[in-house]
Order: sequence, then structure tokens, then C-alpha cells
Amino acid sequence: MVALSACSAADTKSSGSADEVTISVPSWVGARANAEVAKVLLEDEVGVKKVELKQLDEPIAWDALNNGKADAILEDWDGQPKKQELYIDQKKTVVKGGDLGVTGHIGWYVPKYYADKHPEILDYKNLNKFAKDFKSDRSGGKGEFIGAAPSYTTYDAHLIKNLKLNFKIKDTGSEAVQIKEIQRKYADKEPFITYWWEPLWANADMDMVEVKLPEFKEGCNEPETKTECGYANTPLQKYFNADFAKDGGDAAKFLKNFKWTTEQQNEVAMSIAKDKMSGEAAAKKWVKENKDVWESWIPKK
Amino acid sequence: MSVAPSPVLEKKDSVSPPGPTEGPGPLAALVRNPKAIALLVAVLVAVVSAAVTANGVWPSDLTFDVRSPLDDVNTWMAQNRDTHPIFLYFLLHISNTSESAVDGVLSGLESLGFIGVTVAAVLISWYAGGAKLRRRSLTLAGIAFGTFAVIGVLDVWEEAMETLALMVVCVAVAGLVGVLLGLAAGLSDRAERILRPVFDTMQVLPAFSYLLPFVLMFDVGTPAVFMATVIYSAPPMARLTSLGLRGADAAALEASQSLGASAWQRLWTARLPLARKPMLLGLNQTIMMCLSMVVLATVVGAGGLGDPIFTAISTLDVGLAAPAGIAIVLIAIWLDRTTAAFGERVDDSAPERSAFVTRILWAVMAAVIAGAAVLGQALGRTEWPENWVVDISQPINEAFGWIERELGSGVPVLGGTLTWASGFTRWVINPLFDALLATPWWAVLLLAGVLAYLAGRWRAAVTAVLALGAIGAMGLWNNSMDTLSQVIAALVVTLLLGFAIGVFAARVDWVDRMIRPVLDTMQTLPAFIYLIPMVGLFGSGPAAGAVAAVIFALPAVIRITSQGVRQIDPSALEAARSLGASTGQQLWQVQLPLARPALLVALNQGVVLVLSMVVIGGIIGGGALGVDVIRGLTKGDLGLGLTSGIAIVCLGLLLDRISQPGKDVKERALR
Repeated sequence: MVALSACSAADTKSSGSADEVTISVPSWVGARANAEVAKVLLEDEVGVKKVELKQLDEPIAWDALNNGKADAILEDWDGQPKKQELYIDQKKTVVKGGDLGVTGHIGWYVPKYYADKHPEILDYKNLNKFAKDFKSDRSGGKGEFIGAAPSYTTYDAHLIKNLKLNFKIKDTGSEAVQIKEIQRKYADKEPFITYWWEPLWANADMDMVEVKLPEFKEGCNEPETKTECGYANTPLQKYFNADFAKDGGDAAKFLKNFKWTTEQQNEVAMSIAKDKMSGEAAAKKWVKENKDVWESWIPKK
Repeated sequence: MSVAPSPVLEKKDSVSPPGPTEGPGPLAALVRNPKAIALLVAVLVAVVSAAVTANGVWPSDLTFDVRSPLDDVNTWMAQNRDTHPIFLYFLLHISNTSESAVDGVLSGLESLGFIGVTVAAVLISWYAGGAKLRRRSLTLAGIAFGTFAVIGVLDVWEEAMETLALMVVCVAVAGLVGVLLGLAAGLSDRAERILRPVFDTMQVLPAFSYLLPFVLMFDVGTPAVFMATVIYSAPPMARLTSLGLRGADAAALEASQSLGASAWQRLWTARLPLARKPMLLGLNQTIMMCLSMVVLATVVGAGGLGDPIFTAISTLDVGLAAPAGIAIVLIAIWLDRTTAAFGERVDDSAPERSAFVTRILWAVMAAVIAGAAVLGQALGRTEWPENWVVDISQPINEAFGWIERELGSGVPVLGGTLTWASGFTRWVINPLFDALLATPWWAVLLLAGVLAYLAGRWRAAVTAVLALGAIGAMGLWNNSMDTLSQVIAALVVTLLLGFAIGVFAARVDWVDRMIRPVLDTMQTLPAFIYLIPMVGLFGSGPAAGAVAAVIFALPAVIRITSQGVRQIDPSALEAARSLGASTGQQLWQVQLPLARPALLVALNQGVVLVLSMVVIGGIIGGGALGVDVIRGLTKGDLGLGLTSGIAIVCLGLLLDRISQPGKDVKERALR
């Protein structure tokens, strides 16, 4: 048997079944909130035997969706145009799953206490005037720009270069580290400028103001290295493995119906990140209190 | 730009051989020592050229674009991964076989149920300890029972089984590959000459750099982790198998030859049995390396115990990481003690019981395990019961939150951890970085070459210079100097602390007894775990990564130092004492010089460990090469990730060659 199979071509796909659903979970907490809530509802209400949440960053999740190691991405920020084209249009292994209901926005932000003092900062053209306020130990005389986690969608390095800004990006390494750093600076009322985004649970506690970047127009960030514009508003999208979408039965139907608001997502994310509840406990708490919201997601028997 | 290369000088001093202490003044002694002169000249060139030019940028016409071709390869792989023959008929078979093997083991463990697994572990450990009702067997059985009970109570049973399943497959394959390579190297001199440098090099590479190429070939998931782990952990098995075969007692071989045994018979009946002890030691190391790699590999979707730790990093949730961390430590201790016990039993010269009794013992054990599994099934309890679980994350988070608030800053006189971190960045790491960047690239190359030549002659010098050259040619000079400055800063602290604690432990027995279990535990913790609390205490940035590196590398340095100091000839110390030498004189003039080989090995180990941790420090804001590897891994930007990975490998080679104690010294110290 072994000898026989060794001569033939190997299987290229792992087959998915509706009894088991694998949802990819990227490293940011908001997306974890989606996945945890979906898991609780799938298991308790839809009757799926096992829902596995797999830690996969956005780009890797696309590969997993392609080869069937994951069935669904619930929150995609449009950061992988090349992979989208390859897997959706060319190989047809991934299909769209509709809006998540939450709109994502990325931008450059400063804390409100600083913007109140220096309102001019809110235009990118004036950023160089204030660069000295943001100097740090490691920024080599330039202003320090607190950068995104390595896996996040960002054009900051190209923007800084192309807009001739006197800033140096500080790599924070992960979302939690970045948020921690921002929270500390905020508590000490230090000036800072950072890559920041909505929806984000931490925004409930901090007043941040966006710095105006050149307006986003379709295609202005292609090729990446020529980017001179800010970020788009992204209605966050769901994507499914094509086989799962076809054969996934109620589980696939449920995930297609799954749609909620920024505030609802933040509520769960806050329980996880700030109150340090386990993902499951946070999701169960929300599910218990919001039956009217999720009832319509459950497919009719 | 400030030029302050003095910390560089300090480090070099620790590498350079101490000049003769007697004679007509230090200057004259220096002139007589050609090594010292070479070093002095190189340092002078570096300092002067740095002061004059203050610009160490690698020239752009000496850089080559390696990223674009790598990006092309990446795209090709993604497009052809499930259509091209190489994948269909070769790589995918490996990938599918490894995956189904792991799945098979996992479902085996699951069907044994928690009762069956625990009983099996207890029995195996008991057997390893001699299968008696003696203290040793019972202690081992107790360790096994405790390990699995705690894993269940902390609610990480499922994850632990995933990790164990992956471990079983990886260890089996790595062990087999290791034995085969070891046989080759042990029996043929030519194979030894070819394999030796390969193993040496593999040992200095940070685990992180293994992952990328395999993700490229196998995509994310179990197969990539399997391949990376096997390759990472096979060398110790191979190395020690070869060592065992070569170290076999000549007289025993002579005897078997004179009895007319053929080459094969000699191998089976004399050489291999004689090599059993080093081989078991090799297996032990292989298992430990497998464990650490399997945990680290969660980054590319391996699942298991690394998963909660990885998640904990994304929320900086110490409490979430703790149960998994504790489980890993316990598994490590259990595996270590059990395999070590197997190794010790090899020494028992006379077999304690006949083959027949052993076979019966095995049969009984198998029956008991099967019985336990059936019992579990009958009771309907194969999964760990939900109400036997204790949640420790809340209290740990509360305790940690308190520590963070109280020690962060504003502690009278001391200042607090955050203050230290920014001081360390400002006064140690930054000046080092500035100095490295201010020194012209050719001067850095010269200095590295001279240092490597002093440590390991021409070969080392050529390797070191080529490694640095490759870094420059890939256009990663600045980033690499950034990483290098963090490594040197962390290394200096590690060595100062490590040597001090090691010497202290060697001289005072109760200190040694007290820190030994702590060191054991620290060495088994996966590198990841050290990072999470660092952000809270030291902020994000290179200082936090450096502190983690110091803590990570310290145990090895302390252990080797204290062993080295202890092992020196007691008569030398006695002689010094009888001549009336004070404690300080004994230490500085007898113990330390005699323990020099061990100290050099400790230095070399420290270098390798610090580098591997500083690189992972990219996750918490260390920046430089580490963050680019992670970016490459997580963004699928293999051009960026691979070149940075290669640069890390080059730095590893460079640092190893500079700090290499020389072959003879290494062997003497390890013996």
C-alpha cells in the first residue's frame, strides 16, 4: 500500500467536512472576537461538532484557505491583493463571503492632548515642523513614528520616503506591544505619532486624532513603492475556502450570515484584551446578552 | 555622530589571550606577543578610521539584488505547489506522510484517553528507573504522574497531546536520521571530515532561521514544522553516535577482532553496544531540541502548547501563557529525567534480569496500559473532565500587574525597570550601534578577520570575513550592525553575571545546590515565554529583548563556568593554598586561569544563545533583522525574510568563529 502510493501523485488537498470547521484567527484582538463568537454559536446553536480556531496571520491564512487547512477568514483587511488575485480569480480555490459589517480604517494618529496644543500637526505637510517633538533614544535625530506589527497592512515606510518626512519607523513587533507602548505614553501625556486603526478596543479609553494624509484614490498605492496617499476605508470582508462554501451546509450558511457592528465587536474584544477574559468566556458572555442580534444568523432548519 | 567604541574594546579583551604576567612591564610583554600586536593594530585602525570618516555605510556598488529572484521563486512556488511534479511525486509525499503520521499518533493518544496516557507515561518512567520498587523508579514514576496530572488540571491537556504527537514523530525520525549520519561519520573518516563542519555550523544557527525555507517548500502547517524540527534536532544524535563509535575501547575491539568477528559483527556486538551511553545522551539532547523547536514553530501553524503562548504574545497575557509554559517545563523535565535514567542504566554492567523476564514485564505493562485505556472508554472518560480544572490565569495576571506597577518606575534610588531599560538603551546599546556604524566597513571586516584568526587561524578568519561580506552584499549592513550591537551589549552583561555567579556557585556548595534546579527549569523554558513579561517590565525595544537574551543565556554560562572551575585539578589549588595564597589570589591566579578552557566554551555558548534570543526579540520591538524575518514569515515576503534569515546565519557564523575556543580546548572542556 505504501509502495503503491509512493509512485502515484500525492493528494494536494485535505478534505473538509461540515462536522469540523476551521476558522483562521489573525493576531489582532478584534478578529479574535469574531472567531470566538462564531465558534460558540456554531457549536452551541448550529450543531457543528468541532470548531477549530487556528492562529494564522493574514498572509498565511490565505494560503491555508487555498489548501483547505482553514475554511474561513472572518475579517480581511485587503492587505493581500496578489494572493486574492491568485486564489480567487486564477485558481478559484477561495470565494468571497460578504461583508463582516465592520468598516476598517487605518491612519496616522496623534493623541488629542497633543493635537489640541499644536492643531497644525493634523496636516501631513506640517509634520516635519514637529518632528523634533517625537525624537527618541533610537530614532537617530529624526522623529519617531510608532509602526505597525510586522504582519499588518502598511505603506508607512514608502509614505515617509515619498512625502519626504523626517521620521524613522520604530518596529513594535506585535499589536499588543504597540498598544502597550501607546497606552504608556498616553498615560504620561507624552507626544507621539503612530500607525493606528479603527475598530480597536483600546480607543474606548484614549482620544486619538487622525493626521490628514493625501486623499486615497483607487490605485494610488500601486505599485506599493510609489504610494503617496493615505489609507482607504475598508469594509472588512469574509472569505471562504471554495469547497467549504459549497459543501459546508449550515456552518457555511451561518458564517455567510454573520454580520455585526464595530461596537459589538469592540465589546467582545475589550473583554478579551482589557479584562483578560478567555476568548471563550468573552464570547459566551456576549452571546448570552445579545440573542436578538445573532438569532437571524442561524440558518432555518 | 559620537564615536565611542570602548565597549567593543572591552569585549575583545575578554577574547584575547592574557599576556604573560611576569617579566619586564606590560608594554614590553605586549611587544613580544605578536597576537596582541595584531589585535592592537586592527583595533587602532578601526578606531582611527571611524574617527576620521565617521561613516561606515556599505558601498552601494558592492550590493547585489538578491531579493527579486527570491520573490520570483516564492511566486513560482505558490503557483506550482500543487501541480508541479517535484511537489506531486516527492515533497507532497513527505508532507502527507508526516501529517498522517502525526494525526495517527494523536488519535492513538486520544483513544488511550487521559487515564491510558497517564498510566503509560508512569509505567515507562518506572521502567526507565529500573522497574523496581526502589526509590529511583518510584521517583521517576512520580514525576510522570505529576506532569500529566498538572497538565490536566491546568486545562492544557489537548494542546499537550498535540505537542506530544508531533514530538513522537519528530524524535523518531530525527533519531533515525541522526543514527544513520552518526554511523557514517563514526565509521568513515571521509564522512566525518564532510559532516563535522556541517554539524558544527548547524549548532550555531538560531532555530528561527530554519523555519522559512520549509514554509516556502511545504506551506504552513505540520509538514514544514516536521522538516525544520528534524533537521534542527538530528545533529546531536549524529554527533554523539559518531563520538561513541570512535571512542569505543580499543582493547574490546581488538578482542572481538581476534575472535574472528567480521566487520558487521564487530559493529553489532562490540562497537554499537559500547557506544550506547553517548547515543542515549544524544537522544536526550535531540528530544530537548525537538521540544523547543516544536513550541517555537507555532509561528507557522503547528498548534499544540505553543499556541496559547503565541496568542498570549498578541495580548501580552502572562496568565494565558503560564499553564502552557508550566506544561512545557514539566514535559521537558519528565522526558529529560526518563531518558537520562535509561542512559544511566546502561552502566549497570550485569543484566539484572533475563530477557525472558524483561519480555514478560513488557507484556504486563502493555496489558495494564490497554486495561487503563479500556477502563477510560468504559467510564466514558477519555477527555480530561472539565470540573477537574483550575484556572490560574487570573491570580497570575493580578500578581504580575502589581509587579509591573510597583517596579516600572519611581522606585526610590534604584529608579525602576523602565528607567534601567532606557538607560541601558541610551548608554550601552546606542553607543555600540553608533560605533559600529561609524566604523568603515573594511575596518570592521579587518577587525573581525583578525579576531577570528586569533581564535581559529585562517579558516575561521576567512569564514568570518566572508560572512560579513555576504551581509554587506545583500544590502543588510545597517540592520545587521543593529542586531550585532544588541548582541554584544547583551553578551557583555551575560558574561559578567554568568562568570560571577558561576564562580560563586563553584566555591560555595549550598549556592550550587540551590541554583541547580532553577537553572534546569530555565533551560527548558521555550524562548518565547521570556519575552512576554519583558514588555511589561522593560517597555518595547531592544533593551527588553536584550534582557530576555541575558536571562535565556545565563543558565548555560553559569553551568559551564561552575563546572569548569570545579573540575580543575584539586592539587593545584592545594599547592596554592599551602603557599599561603589568599582567596582572591587562589581565584585569580589558579582557578580562573586553569578554568580558561571552560570559560571559553561558556563564552561561545553564550554568544550562540544570546544571538538566537535577540533575534526573537524582534517580536517585542527589538527591530533589526529579527523583525524582518518575522515580517517575511507572516507577510509571505520571502525575499525579505530569507535575506534577513541568511544575514542572521552569517552573524551566527561570524560570532561563533570569533569566540571559538579552538578544537582542542573545546574537546578538553567537554570531556
